[in-house]
Amino acid sequence: MWTFIHKLGSPPWFFGFSGTLVRWLLPITVTLLLVGAIWGLLVAPPDFRQGNSYRIIYIHVPAAVVALAGYYVMAFAGAVSLIWRIKMADVTMRAAAPVGAVLTAIALVTGAIWGKPTWGTWWVWDARITSMLILLFLYLGVVALFEAYENKTAAARACAVLSLVGMVNIPIIYKSVDWWYSLHQPASIKFTGESAIDSSMLYPLLLMIVAFYCLFTVTLLLNMRAELVWTHRESGWLKQLVGGS
Amino acid sequence: MYFESLAAVWHMDGHGFYVWLAYALTALPLVLMVWLPVKRMRQQWRWLQAEQRRSGAATAAQTPAMESDL
Repeated sequence: MWTFIHKLGSPPWFFGFSGTLVRWLLPITVTLLLVGAIWGLLVAPPDFRQGNSYRIIYIHVPAAVVALAGYYVMAFAGAVSLIWRIKMADVTMRAAAPVGAVLTAIALVTGAIWGKPTWGTWWVWDARITSMLILLFLYLGVVALFEAYENKTAAARACAVLSLVGMVNIPIIYKSVDWWYSLHQPASIKFTGESAIDSSMLYPLLLMIVAFYCLFTVTLLLNMRAELVWTHRESGWLKQLVGGS
Repeated sequence: MYFESLAAVWHMDGHGFYVWLAYALTALPLVLMVWLPVKRMRQQWRWLQAEQRRSGAATAAQTPAMESDL
């Protein structure tokens, strides 16, 4: 396990490993997304109260769940970068930010579209929605902050600090639906106890959550690889790879 | 399959607009999110290949010139 983690810190090893992983994971991800979407859109029964509009759940919830998980990845990479000064951690943190931003934006947009037929409004300054909007700004903040610095080591350090400070927002997002009960419904899936959702609707949802996790991994790796090719263009191992292809 | 016809799938009892809009606005950024880094890396890769050919041609052109100097 430790040797594996150690190897991940080595750009040439990571480049080879991630290449193989993406080649396998990308087709799996596309298949999972298509199966999950068809299942959720066409096979699952409609909600007895919300009708067919609830089908947005199959993209809204997975996007939101993975947007939050992505923040852990970014903040953890930021902590590793601050403590051990590992370059690969910087690359990971930077690669996670745009992916998280896109997923958060998807969660917000699909939520707004779902809100219109369900609540009668596109937007409301509900605690859950507002804290998700802050999450979007945190992700965009990391992207913008990195670009703002000329010195990339200083940029990575500033981004790491911002992402760690932003961690306070994460428990607020989780608990917002319980602390301030307003329009947004509380969680339907629970790790402990019975889920408030029928299995005919739960299975496609779980499938879509897995699919979004895979998608996050694939895009994270693709971003990291594109970054590595550019920053290591002068390195011997990359020159050899380029020459050999 | 829950729906009886393709038209019912499209209409979704009046919610079709919202559902399909949400799925379209999700699919588009997801495709871009995968495609953009792939495109970026391909461009860089091609640029680096061309760069290697350039520098390779430069050294190949240089070597015989140096020999003729001797």
